[in-house]
Amino acid sequence: MRLTQPHILSINDLTKKDVLTILQTAESFKEISERPIKKVPTLRGKTVVNCFFEDSTRTRMSFEIAEKRLSADTVNISKSGSAMQKGENLLDTMRNIEAMKPDIVVIRHSISGAPMMVAEAIESHVINAGDGMHEHPTQALLDLMTIKEVKGRIQGLTVGIVGDILHSRVARSDMLLFRKMGISVVVGGPRTLMPIGIEDFGVTVCPNIREAIPSLDVLMMLRVQRERADENLFPNLREYARYFGISNETLKDAKDDMTIMHPGPVNRGVEISPEVADGPRSVILNQVTNGVAVRMALLYLLIGDGGNE
Amino acid sequence: MKGKILLTSKDMDAAILRMAKEIVGNGTEGVALVGIRTRGVPLAEYLAKKIEKVQGRPIDIGSLDINLYRDDLSEVSEQPVVRPTDLPFSITGKGIILVDDVLYTGRTIRAAMDALIDFGRPRFIKLAVMIDRGWREFPIQPDYVGKNVKTTSNQNVKVMLKSIDGDDAVFIKE
Amino acid sequence: MKPIFIKNGRVIDPAKKIDGVMNVVVENGKISAVTSAKKIPEEALVIDAKGAIVAPGFIDLHCHLREPGEEYKEDIESGSQAAAAGGFTTVCCMANTNPVNDCTSVTEYIVNRARVCACVNVLPVGAITKGLKGENLADIGDLACAGAVAISDDGRPVMNAMIMRHAMEYAQTFNLPVISHAEDLNLRGRGVMHEGTASTELGLRGIPAATEETMIARDILLCGLTGSRLHIAHVSTAGGVEMVREAKKLKLPVTCEVTPHHLTLTEQVVHGYDPNTKVNPPLRSENDRRELVAGLADGTIDAIATDHAPHDITEKEVGFEGSAFGMVGLETALPLVLKLVHDKKVPMKRMIEALTIKPASILNLKKKGTLAAGSDADIVIFNPNEPVTIRASAFKSKSRNTPFDGWRLQGKVLYTIVGGNIVYKS
Repeated sequence: MRLTQPHILSINDLTKKDVLTILQTAESFKEISERPIKKVPTLRGKTVVNCFFEDSTRTRMSFEIAEKRLSADTVNISKSGSAMQKGENLLDTMRNIEAMKPDIVVIRHSISGAPMMVAEAIESHVINAGDGMHEHPTQALLDLMTIKEVKGRIQGLTVGIVGDILHSRVARSDMLLFRKMGISVVVGGPRTLMPIGIEDFGVTVCPNIREAIPSLDVLMMLRVQRERADENLFPNLREYARYFGISNETLKDAKDDMTIMHPGPVNRGVEISPEVADGPRSVILNQVTNGVAVRMALLYLLIGDGGNE
Repeated sequence: MKGKILLTSKDMDAAILRMAKEIVGNGTEGVALVGIRTRGVPLAEYLAKKIEKVQGRPIDIGSLDINLYRDDLSEVSEQPVVRPTDLPFSITGKGIILVDDVLYTGRTIRAAMDALIDFGRPRFIKLAVMIDRGWREFPIQPDYVGKNVKTTSNQNVKVMLKSIDGDDAVFIKE
Repeated sequence: MKPIFIKNGRVIDPAKKIDGVMNVVVENGKISAVTSAKKIPEEALVIDAKGAIVAPGFIDLHCHLREPGEEYKEDIESGSQAAAAGGFTTVCCMANTNPVNDCTSVTEYIVNRARVCACVNVLPVGAITKGLKGENLADIGDLACAGAVAISDDGRPVMNAMIMRHAMEYAQTFNLPVISHAEDLNLRGRGVMHEGTASTELGLRGIPAATEETMIARDILLCGLTGSRLHIAHVSTAGGVEMVREAKKLKLPVTCEVTPHHLTLTEQVVHGYDPNTKVNPPLRSENDRRELVAGLADGTIDAIATDHAPHDITEKEVGFEGSAFGMVGLETALPLVLKLVHDKKVPMKRMIEALTIKPASILNLKKKGTLAAGSDADIVIFNPNEPVTIRASAFKSKSRNTPFDGWRLQGKVLYTIVGGNIVYKS
């Protein structure tokens, strides 16, 4: 099996078949993380460079574990302590890395579009681990895998995404992917955090998310950054929690089997109360587990055009 | 399906029954069958049923996907489909009988042994195959064989199984 | 509570398109019926409104009650009495109190004080920004939950367009209209009256019309961007009216209000340096005044609001330049706007609409601004022709800062009824 793309840059590039291939492969890879010896020799001798030019602990760790479980050699680059601090620009840095012949480059950057620019400039496979406010395709894929696992199906579901949609690359990738696979999406949150033209993503905007909750199968809460209050997008975090966060009280009319998801890290007590984050509906930790499986699947599928030098 | 029939379903049934008796004869205490995906799995199930009939009690059975351990991954044009591995028992201390449809170069079995070792330390590993067609490239021999068949390198041996193909039979074709 | 039967009055209820001699029946604090039937409920108090007009009680979108913090000038109790005397049954008090109404505790204070001592309905308008400083959003959600009916930094503009935009977007969640005090503080500078011939003659620094118009334009554009409900406070220029007219043609959710003094006075009245003519926005040219009247007549200007701004004499007797901006207005509004009706510039129905159903709909007030059956029994009965002489010394308000003292006008409030209770009787 193979993907139609040599890179994982944007959900828009993937076909429905690609997505199903990735999900199926990820489901098989998940079992490896349950074994006593969590390693298979599949990517032995392959080099993967993790270029995390924007801070990240969890995503980078997830990629690194995925790479190591496939026996790949991994190298980590971050912005600090790198030549970029000395003034080297992104493309130069990437070309230098490419000269050392990596097989796959995983890149996270604060500038939207940076991975696309890199993919055009170098030969290696590129995986976008999050670019600016643009996309986070691996997150969306692991979200979809989790939904399929928990709900047993993809068709006919309604997913709500609530929070800072404006600044969220996770939200954008999720919306694109869910719509591609036929899932209905409702978005909500403060109007100040809802981007103009969001309806063009094929989603329904619900001004008062409390009204939409009874119809949701899955509710995905997005993290709200504290800095957004300083930018006057809402008065303060207390108001955010009170009117846009969820708690057991706000979920009282939800379906019995409504699932709660969150891409993490969770702001307990702000967008989601501790009881809900730790409660029976939450599959937040499943998402993390599935993240490793999805990333293993992507690395496996991308590498497989050996022989096509 | 073109080609010559090597074994009819009746022949296959007889061969599998014989292998089952041989396995039981060597003792099945702490022994499990592990089918190698894809066709090794229904074959292992077939064999397990026969064993149960012979000895009057069931035998443990699991399935193993060896694609991640193949040594030709850098040469294939597409990644092979990866299926789940299901070993519902501890490998350590168990006698494992790998089950596959056709033994050819022996590379698949090498990959299967590597995969198995990653799950634990088996007491022994033996091999049961429906057809041994020769052309070994690795020092690997089967312990239980349905039928030995001489083949040329451009021939192909196919084991059809009812659950996959609708009927049991073994074909050889050019 | 006794029922009330108001008979023989000319009932004008623009919301229900009623204009004719009818009887109004009030029971249990609600309007039971507006009818030609003559059946009087048991024990009812009968009011003979012959020769008078019976209308829904007036609603003032914009006044300053000065409580908490400046109770020496006015407080909720005295302000409500002034309102009742002026025929107003509902007033909206702005947030520029001390402390500013930018959080739950101040809103709740106002609501509770009103419940205890106000004889009319007092609805708080919450602030847009903390302390009216224009830097950080006020607790808008909390204000809405505590009872605010709109948000405004009135007294001051929100100079930062990004903050105004966010406030407008954020207010949508709580269905609050945003009331804009449209003024560019940089253009206003140290101006004290309209910039024109009069200011030059008087040697006073001027406030050009552009001060207001640049911000009206900005806020209308933000309204288009966000889709939020925008209400422009105290429009004072012809250009401003025209912009609102254009915005309405584009079907933007923009509304606006005008004060009785801007409809009546011009910059010329500042000759003599009476500090009671110092208001913000200032009294402007005769052309502006005429366009405001025309805008009110054709409905471009939705509502009349007093911008009742009480000030103590100590704040006004310091020379024109040093005086505080503002004049009281609750007790002079009716005769002043009736002058336009008597001069045939604005139809009576339009005037009443601008004081009743239009303000109610801008604030989404259910059961107010109309005499429809089931509405709250907020009623004003007034004689539009009875001569009155404005006597500031007789005001119920604590403050006397009005330039209309001694004016002979027509129009007298006879009864003001709130929730089925007579709160003012002349």
